[in-house]
Amino acid sequence: MPIEDENGKNGNQTGLMEKVKSGIQEDLQSLKTDIPAKAKEQIEGLKDPTKTQVFTSIFRHKHDDTPRNRALGVLSNVFLHLHPAKINRDAVRYSYTWGMGGITFYLFIVLTFTGVLLMFYYHPSKVQAFRDVLYLEHDVPFGRILRNMHRWAAHLMVIAVWLHMFRVFLTGSYKKPREFNWNVGVILLVLTLLLSFTGYLLPDDQLGFWAVTVGTNMARATPGLGHEGPFGHQLGMTPYNDVRFGLLGGSIVDANALLRSYIWHCIGIPIVASIFMIVHFWRVRKDGGISGPAPVMLTAEADKARR
Amino acid sequence: MDWRQLWDIVSTPDNVPIVALIPLLIFYCYLAWKQAKANDELVSELEADPVLAKTHHRKTWPFRPGWQKEVHVWPFLLRVEFLAAIIVTIILMVWSLTLNAPMEEPANPNLTMNPAKAPWYFLGLQEMLVYFDPWIAGVVMPTLIIIGLMVIPYIDTNPMGSGYYTWKQRKFAIGTFLFGFIVLWVSMIIIGTFIRGPGWQWFWPGQTWDHNRLIYEVNRDLPDLFGITSNWAKGIFGAVVVGGYFAVGGFLLHALFRRFNPKDYRRMSLLQYSVMQVFMLTMIGLPIKMLLRLALNIKYVWITPWFNV
Ligand code: HEM
Repeated sequence: MPIEDENGKNGNQTGLMEKVKSGIQEDLQSLKTDIPAKAKEQIEGLKDPTKTQVFTSIFRHKHDDTPRNRALGVLSNVFLHLHPAKINRDAVRYSYTWGMGGITFYLFIVLTFTGVLLMFYYHPSKVQAFRDVLYLEHDVPFGRILRNMHRWAAHLMVIAVWLHMFRVFLTGSYKKPREFNWNVGVILLVLTLLLSFTGYLLPDDQLGFWAVTVGTNMARATPGLGHEGPFGHQLGMTPYNDVRFGLLGGSIVDANALLRSYIWHCIGIPIVASIFMIVHFWRVRKDGGISGPAPVMLTAEADKARR
Repeated sequence: MDWRQLWDIVSTPDNVPIVALIPLLIFYCYLAWKQAKANDELVSELEADPVLAKTHHRKTWPFRPGWQKEVHVWPFLLRVEFLAAIIVTIILMVWSLTLNAPMEEPANPNLTMNPAKAPWYFLGLQEMLVYFDPWIAGVVMPTLIIIGLMVIPYIDTNPMGSGYYTWKQRKFAIGTFLFGFIVLWVSMIIIGTFIRGPGWQWFWPGQTWDHNRLIYEVNRDLPDLFGITSNWAKGIFGAVVVGGYFAVGGFLLHALFRRFNPKDYRRMSLLQYSVMQVFMLTMIGLPIKMLLRLALNIKYVWITPWFNV
């Protein structure tokens, strides 16, 4: 039995048609009025992108130039929060730190970047390595400058670490409470030299081959652990089981040495060095920031200062 | 004067870092010395005037009451870091555009490079091979350098000069470090790079590298000078000489140290003092052994069946 209401039989059908019609009219009307209004709003909003949700989700605070925001700019950024928000007014002077630790770190980043790009073109095998470097130099777009930059940044990093250590010594910055961080630094120094040294072999040319041969020949003479070293013979060392063999994966610098060099150079040492750098930077903060420029101490005070 | 030879050595791409290192070191030594001098002058001024010392801010840079003691990292430090990064990048770019990384013939174990040199930063150790056996120059010395650096903070008991450049307050520490870093490390590298030619022979700058030059050196051992022939006697003699060096040298050092460095001497514990002695004597031993070799052609001092020193 059909349902009857005030519209009579079939009434709801005609009602539906009208509803649809007026609905569409409303939709059309809204297109005409709302969309331009929204567009206007959108464009207005774009004039100040710092108010967009995307922006505020990335940057967690306002950027108008207030002391609070300057501090937050450093503290709420994962990379910058290595720094404190404020430092001693004299500590920003270039003449005190020479910026050398920072420059060393920057060079490490440059080396990582160029190094990864070089890895795309390099195979650590006797057949390919030398040719890959030639290919890089002559055919890869920007290959030569890439290789040059990696090479020179490496040399520069060695120089920068030395100068950094030199400055830390001259400013007495290894003294209490920074003794431990000095030691972390010494390990970083060794790692930096090893990074450079392991990279030297990779072009597989005469220069690298003989440099690494000369270098690792010394390992033969390790007391007790090398076959030519003191007590090595007595302890059963031969060219086929001593430390040099372990370093090179063979008794001469060959395919295994190339592969080992490569892995140490591209994976092993960078990871270890990164870890030590993290500790190093952390400790700079925890030890109270950069050591100076501190107020000078007078002789009389030095005698009193000791308990 | 063979200018071409000189130019070849100086412009070898991998030698350029050392050519750069020299002026850099000079510049930074100057920068440090300038600040040390200013600080030392400030210290003596304040020590002469205790009233001023109470109120002075104790730095050579200007400071007035009311100035903020701290500045924001952003922008005051970050702008310096940013600028440094840009400058380093520009230097690297220019260097990479003008000078190519070296690439020799493919590695060939049958074709020895002459001279076969380690990378430049290890040339100091390679130079030491002239004076010491490989187990000392290649293994013991690097180990001692690393350990020596690591113990520095624990044996330097001088509380002064922490956080500022000075010379007067830390003469002994700074003198020792300069001796180790400049004399024993950097200058050996410079010799290894610029002076050593084929056969690791000595060629003055500008002297042509003669690949056929032979030098007939008659090297002697110290026991030979005293007519000692038996192996046992040689071993014992060497042990006595080396032991004697450490004993007599240690005594001399003791006499000097307690006279000229009485405060450090008083502050140091027995362990700190003996560690300092061992490292000092070892460091001083290097130039002595080099001199013995250069002046008297003495190769070994101590000969045993297992090792020679
Ligand atoms: C990969 C190598 C290294 C990196 C990236 C590095 C980085 C840094 C940075 C960025 C600082 C902050 C102050 C400045 O820039 O001078 C610093 C401070 C310090 N570094 Fe290093 N460093 C390295 C190696 C060394 C070495 C070889 C030593 C010493 C043997 C050392 C000892 C110290 C000490 C004691 C401080 C605290 C200095 C102070 O408070 O004034 N570091 N390092």
